[in-house]
This record gives sequence, C-alpha cells and structure tokens, in this order.
Amino acid sequence: MHELGIVFYIIRDVKKAAQENGVERISAVVMNIGEVSTIVPEYIMDCWRWAADKEDLLRGAELKINTLPAVSYCENCGMEYETVRFGKTCPHCGCEKTYLLRGNEVEIKEIEVPNQ
Amino acid sequence: MNSVKIIEIKKSVFEDNNLDAEALRKELKLKGVFLLNLMSSPGSGKTTTLIQVINRIKDKIRVAVMEADIDSDVDAVKIKEATGIPSIQLHTGGMCHLDAEMTRQGLDNMPMEDVDLVILENVGNLVCPAEFDTGSSCNAMILSVPEGHDKPLKYPLMFSICDVVVVNKIDVLPYFDFDMEKCREYVRMRNPNTRVIPISAKTGEGVDEFASWLLEAVKNWKKH
Ligand SMILES: Nc1nc2c(ncn2[C@@H]2O[C@H](COP(=O)(O)OP(=O)(O)O)[C@@H](O)[C@H]2O)c(=O)[nH]1
Ligand SMILES: [Mg+2]
Ligand SMILES: [Zn+2]
Ligand SMILES: [Zn+2]
Repeated sequence: MHELGIVFYIIRDVKKAAQENGVERISAVVMNIGEVSTIVPEYIMDCWRWAADKEDLLRGAELKINTLPAVSYCENCGMEYETVRFGKTCPHCGCEKTYLLRGNEVEIKEIEVPNQ
Repeated sequence: MNSVKIIEIKKSVFEDNNLDAEALRKELKLKGVFLLNLMSSPGSGKTTTLIQVINRIKDKIRVAVMEADIDSDVDAVKIKEATGIPSIQLHTGGMCHLDAEMTRQGLDNMPMEDVDLVILENVGNLVCPAEFDTGSSCNAMILSVPEGHDKPLKYPLMFSICDVVVVNKIDVLPYFDFDMEKCREYVRMRNPNTRVIPISAKTGEGVDEFASWLLEAVKNWKKH
C-alpha cells in the first residue's frame, strides 16, 4: 500500500531531524497534506500507528494532519479557483487550459517534543 | 498539562528521493547509460511491448531490462526467452513504486559497462510511480485502448511527467469507443511536449515508430 511506503519516508526524515536536534522522544509529528495529494488520511493514520510503535523514538507519537486546499490556475483568464470544487474547468471563463498551483504537498511541518 | 517544544522541519517527503534521483541521473549520463522508466496500469502491455521493441533495436544498441512490476520472475524470464537480452528481477516486496535508491540497487546488479540502454518495467500503478523520480533519463507510459481516452484527466501527474505516451492495443479499437484525437488533446493539456505513439504490441503496428524514438533518445543521451 502506498501510504505505508510514505510512512517509512516520514520516519526516516523524522529520525534524521531528531538526531540533528538531540531529541530522544517525539510526542507528535505534524504533516501538511494537500487535498489532491495521493495520500488518504485514514490509511496513513493506520500505517503510522503500526510503523511508529516499532520505533523507540516514536512509540505512542501522534500523527497530526493539516489539510492544505488545492488551487488551480487558468492560463486563459489568469484567475485562480478551488480545484476540488471545479475540477479542471475554470469557473470564471469555462476554459480547460488549467493547471494545479498547489494542493499536492506531502510535507513534514514540524515535530513536537515533550518537555521534561 | 504537559508543555511541548516544537521543532520546525518544513520538508517534503519526496525531497531526499529527488536528490538521490538527480545524482543517479548524472552518474548514468557520465557512464553513457540511458535509463528508460516504463510505467502503466497492470496489464496495459508493458512486457509485450518491450519484447517487440527490443527485438527491433537489440542489433543496434546493447539493451538490458530490470523487472519490478510483479513479485515473481515471470516477466523477466519471458523477456529473456523472447529476446535473448539480459533481464533481472527486482524484489520490491509488494511496494507500490520504485524509488531512486531501489533503482540504484537494481543497477548495481547489471553489467553497466556493457549496456547502452536499461529499461525499467516499473510497478503497474499510475499514482505513486509518478511521484517518485527513479533517476531515469526519460519517462514513458503505456495507456491501452480498453482503459479509455480520458485517463490523462484522471491521472494528471503521471501524464505530466511523461516524455512519451504509447497508446497500446490499437488492434481492438473497433470494439471500444476510444477517441484517439481526444486522447492526444488530453495528453497535450497535461504536457504539450509529450509524444503520443499509437501501437499494437500484438500485431506490431506502430512499434517501429516507438523503436526509432527510443534509438534517437539513446543517441542524444550519449552525445558528449
Ligand atoms: N489485443 C491486444 N492484447 C495485448 C496487446 N499487448 C498486450 N496484450 C495482452 O495484454 C495482456 C497483458 O500484457 P502484458 O504485456 O503482460 O502487460 P503488463 O502487465 O503491462 O506487462 C496480455 O494478455 C497480452 O497478450 C495488444 O497490442 N493487443
Ligand atoms: Mg509485465
Ligand atoms: Zn507508492
Ligand atoms: Zn479562466
């Protein structure tokens, strides 16, 4: 499954960041995930629990997801619009010459470390 | 209430792989080895097309194949038997895509000094192989007629990263309402530079055009 693969990348990056910052325990990892990314939040949550609990650094750590809205740009009229609502057809001029500006992010925003 | 300290990271999950892929691409360029990343949905005809194409070019350049699509060596054996070229099986452990690191490990098992072109048959999936750069010199995908001409609308990222879209199984066009012109138009919307090549891997129609494109691409890659 795709989400499990992604979780392994997250864990690898988070471990690296923990090492660089001298962190031994993480209580939460906060992700920015675009609305039209390939990630299904429910799936990634399940994969996270399974994989994170195998790591001392991440046992019990929560995965928090910020959903970022998807925005498309119309080459014809130069306007922006909500991708999920209107798809590939620009609601301002009806043109289909449009492309995604943002909304497919899969990004680690921050980690939360418990204060002793 | 327990207070927490927040450490900002702000890093895309794909960043490390993109760097690995860029490094691999440079290395292959120096070695003069062209890596073609071939993607499609399961059953679109990757293996059948490869056999057809390889038999047309194997006397002109040295070709090898890495199979990653399925977790058995059926396709690797089929290619070896039908073309006589070296073909190895990568074990992806059920992963849904290959990344640059896995690709590099596969290439480590190939006779890199003795090949001009390595073709990677990627995992049959149109979603995440598009997000994970393998370090390939070119990306190609196969869309087969039964899948419909509107696939570029459903998998925009995949179509936007491809240099070539091969439309396979044109021998069955009479039985499907597949609109080739619409298909070309939708592909152009995703990437105006993508070449569309209709073929039938069964009858061999159109395969020459794909073979010439590939030979030309390999030749350009090996220049300086
Ligand atoms: N009619 C027709 N069938 C094809 C063509 N190319 C492949 N097939 C069939 O499609 C099925 C899947 O082909 P295969 O090459 O294994 O697809 P892969 O999973 O993408 O490697 C096989 O039964 C092939 O015989 C074609 O051009 N026309
Ligand atoms: Mg195959
Ligand atoms: Zn994947
Ligand atoms: Zn518009």
